[in-house]
Amino acid sequence: MEGLKEKEVVLDVKDVSVSFKTNVGTLNAIRGVNFTLHRGETVAIVGESGSGKSVTVKAVMGIKSANEKINTGEILYTYEENGEKRTVDLLKFSRKEMVEKYNGKHIAMVFQDPMTALNPLLTIGYQLTEGMMKHLHLEKKEAWARGEELLAEVGIPNPKLTMKNYPHQLSGGMRQRVVIAIAISCDPDVLICDEPTTALDVTIQAKILELIQDMQKKRNISVIYITHDLGVVAKVADYVAVMYAGKIVERGTAYELYFQPRHPYTWGLLLAMPDLNTTEDRLYAIPGTPPNLLKKIIGDAFAPRNAFALNIDFEEEPPVYKLSETHEVSSWLEHPDAPKVEMPEALVRRIARMTGTAKQKGGLANE
Amino acid sequence: MSERSSKIPLLEVRGLKQYFEIDRTHTVKAVDDVSFTVEKGTTFGLVGESGSGKSTIGRSVIRLYNPTAGEIYLGGREISGKLTAEKKHYLTTKMQMIFQDPMASLNPRKKVIDIVAEGLDANHLYKDKKEREEKVYAILERVGLNHEQANRYPHMFSGGQRQRIGIARAMIMEPEIIIADECISALDVSIQAQVVNIMKELQEERGLTYVFIAHDLAMVKYISDYIGVIHLGHFVEMGRKEEIFDHPVHPYTKSLLSAIPEPNPLTEPGRKSVTYDKNAEGVDYTKGKKNYLTETHMVLATEEELAQWNA
Repeated sequence: MEGLKEKEVVLDVKDVSVSFKTNVGTLNAIRGVNFTLHRGETVAIVGESGSGKSVTVKAVMGIKSANEKINTGEILYTYEENGEKRTVDLLKFSRKEMVEKYNGKHIAMVFQDPMTALNPLLTIGYQLTEGMMKHLHLEKKEAWARGEELLAEVGIPNPKLTMKNYPHQLSGGMRQRVVIAIAISCDPDVLICDEPTTALDVTIQAKILELIQDMQKKRNISVIYITHDLGVVAKVADYVAVMYAGKIVERGTAYELYFQPRHPYTWGLLLAMPDLNTTEDRLYAIPGTPPNLLKKIIGDAFAPRNAFALNIDFEEEPPVYKLSETHEVSSWLEHPDAPKVEMPEALVRRIARMTGTAKQKGGLANE
Repeated sequence: MSERSSKIPLLEVRGLKQYFEIDRTHTVKAVDDVSFTVEKGTTFGLVGESGSGKSTIGRSVIRLYNPTAGEIYLGGREISGKLTAEKKHYLTTKMQMIFQDPMASLNPRKKVIDIVAEGLDANHLYKDKKEREEKVYAILERVGLNHEQANRYPHMFSGGQRQRIGIARAMIMEPEIIIADECISALDVSIQAQVVNIMKELQEERGLTYVFIAHDLAMVKYISDYIGVIHLGHFVEMGRKEEIFDHPVHPYTKSLLSAIPEPNPLTEPGRKSVTYDKNAEGVDYTKGKKNYLTETHMVLATEEELAQWNA
């Protein structure tokens, strides 16, 4: 973190809350989410299913279901147009405006399942050039030529032929490469990757992650990752936000989250996933299940599953405590009057082991 | 392996082949001449990428498929070949399976009590209704569900609870071996840990044996004693988990291990995974021999390949 000069903020998500009207009541999917994304950096949002990760980024993309309602908040997006800086609130736009002006061109998205993201009836070439012709106003021929270049860039062996192929003729990994090529075709500022590798095999997963990182570096794109795999997060993320029941409960740099985690939920998440050196007899399992968001949540949503919950956790929502410039946690345990709670023994051991192996491998263990 | 032969392994698979005929000219060799043994009370992990044949092995062993060739012994008794009524009874009471997707593997129109008791019903393993009920309640309690939930339908449960029902259904038969096919892959991280803990507890209590099929290598390493790495229907490497993870020999194993992102932001960024291309390296699995580096550590390779990989 040398040179704490002002980093350029690309996306500023402020206090966004979204609810869905269902026939059994209103479901508060996200309840006040805040995070910022700087140019060229990567934010990973982690959490269990139903924690609101996807809803958050879909709000950024302007993808809304019919029964979805954005209650509060703004998503400020800053970009350059004709040499001047503009900041807009993405939530103010209609679906049509988003599609016409921002989606694809400024903010692009890579979805989990490449088969459903691609249209099975259209050739790869058609789907790849469509955006470029619309947003960059390229002629068909130019777009086609650029499309071939892009396919080569994302590591597809025979781009000329692949342009004419249909999605079903490619393997899952190749399809995801095509989806990435489409996403970066119009030089977006922000790339949102919603579980980009969950549907893929481990060996292919590593390749796709490396590809996304490569493209990000080359084009200075900011990336938002959504994942539940903490290994993936460690590989790609500069900043991590942990979501639980529609709120970010802890966020910070990857280093802070993995080595100085403060929220009991983050502890649980880290411990629930064994790493290759886990020898403990039992995994630390977070008891219970996530809360039902159809019901009104009183106090801290994590309290019923939290072994360290205080009485106040069941009564009042915890405020956000700032631990460093980048590290924020929303937990009553940070209150000056709260009893001092140590992180679980197993996690202490694991952190020691991780920093230990990092030193062995010659990794930089400063900060 | 001479000193071990005195002890009969619980599961022994010899030369298992599972071919699928697509049409007259095409045959998919999903599993091609696979042999392995599993000792009682241990866990055998099967890893490999999708399409490698790991699930097929599990399904062939429990006879969901009819194996093309090979012999399978369970507790010293043959369960391969023609499935007679007696063999089937033996198989279904001793061996059970837990599936990946708990929603797809539970009948949505049946109550939990009937789902769990199905094995008992089929094999007439109770005297009266009361005993049936008691057995179901006991097993549900063991996996962390309660009585009242027995009369509900599967859709009323969360993913983790449904997988517990799947475990209960397998456990009620008091099997000796359970084939767990990606049984935690569809679950959330925090729920995975709960289910894995239950599986481990049951193993300790009842001396259960597991064949654990998964692609999450960290989880496989955590739960298994022995690991078989499978690629395109062949075991390319097999051994104790320490041997596989600390001293991998086969390039496929190495590429698989290098592909897992470790949850460590100090070492993980910038680490590149190793690529393995069987054809580019000219590896032919049918030519390779089984080389035993230690008593348990097997690598499929020709002599030249082995020398090259060990170098």
